[in-house]
Amino acid sequence: MRTTDKNEAALIARILAGEKELFHELIRPYERMVYLTLLSIVKNETDAEDGAQEAIINAYRHLVSFRGDAKFSTWLTTIAINEGRKRLRKAKGAAEDSLEEKTEAHEGDYTPAPLTDWREIPLEALERKELREALRVAVAELPDIYRQVFTLRDMEELNIDETAQALGINTGTVKVRLHRARMMLQKRLVPYLKTTVPARRGFFGRAQ
Amino acid sequence: MKLDCKHVWEHISEYIDNTVDAKLREEIELHLEHCELCSAILDSTRNILVLTADDRTFELPVGYSERLHERLAKELESSGKDSEEE
Repeated sequence: MRTTDKNEAALIARILAGEKELFHELIRPYERMVYLTLLSIVKNETDAEDGAQEAIINAYRHLVSFRGDAKFSTWLTTIAINEGRKRLRKAKGAAEDSLEEKTEAHEGDYTPAPLTDWREIPLEALERKELREALRVAVAELPDIYRQVFTLRDMEELNIDETAQALGINTGTVKVRLHRARMMLQKRLVPYLKTTVPARRGFFGRAQ
Repeated sequence: MKLDCKHVWEHISEYIDNTVDAKLREEIELHLEHCELCSAILDSTRNILVLTADDRTFELPVGYSERLHERLAKELESSGKDSEEE
C-alpha cells in the first residue's frame, strides 16, 4: 500500500468514527480531478461545478461503502462519472443515446499530421496562451468517448487500469480511444505548433 | 523487419505509455533514429500531453474550492443532526 493510500485509509477510518470535519482534508487533493471529470462529461462549467459538489457530497454520504479494494481516487472518480452521466441523461431526456452505447464503429482518420519544421519549435512555443486555448477547445470538441478517456488518463493522470475501471470499459478499449484522442489532438494542434515563434523573451518566453 | 511510418504512428500512443513489448520498442526506436517525420510527430504528441497535464491549461473556475468547502461544511453540519433520515 502506498503512503498516500495508508494516510487516506487512516483519515477515512477517523471520519467514519466521527471526526467528520476531516473529510475536507481527505477531499482536497481530488477537487480538481472531480471537477475535470464532470466537465469532460457535461461540457458546461456551471453544471460541472454543481455536479462536482454533488459528487463530493455523495462520496461523503457513502463513505462507509468505500471498501478500500480500489483506490480512493478511482472510487471517487466513479462517483463523479455517475453524477455526470445522470446530469447528461436529465439534460437529454430519456436514454436517447447513452455514453456507453457509442462504440468505436465510426471509422475515422486517426493518423497524426506531419510537421516539417519541428526542430524550430522551442519550449517557449508551449508557453503561449493561444496554444493552451487551442488545446482546451480541441479537447472540448473531441467526441465524448474519446474526451472522457483522455481526461482521466492524460489530464488526471490515472493509469490505464484505473481509467478502465472508472469508466466501466476494458483496457483494450481505453488504449484504442486514448490513441485516437491523442492523434486527433495532435492533428488539430499542429497548425499552432508550427506558427512562427516570436523573438525570444527569456527562456520560457512569457509575454508579460 | 523494417517498420514503415504508418506502422509507427499506430503505436505512438502505446510507445509513449511504455506499453509496447521490447521487440517492437526496439524497432520503433530504430525507425525514429532516421525518420525526422515520425520523431516530430512523437515530440509534438508528447508536448501536447505535457501541456495537458499542466494545471494552467485546464483551470478551475475562480472560487470553486471555496464554494465547494462551504457547501460541504453545511452538509457535514447537518449530517450530524439528521443522519438517520438520509
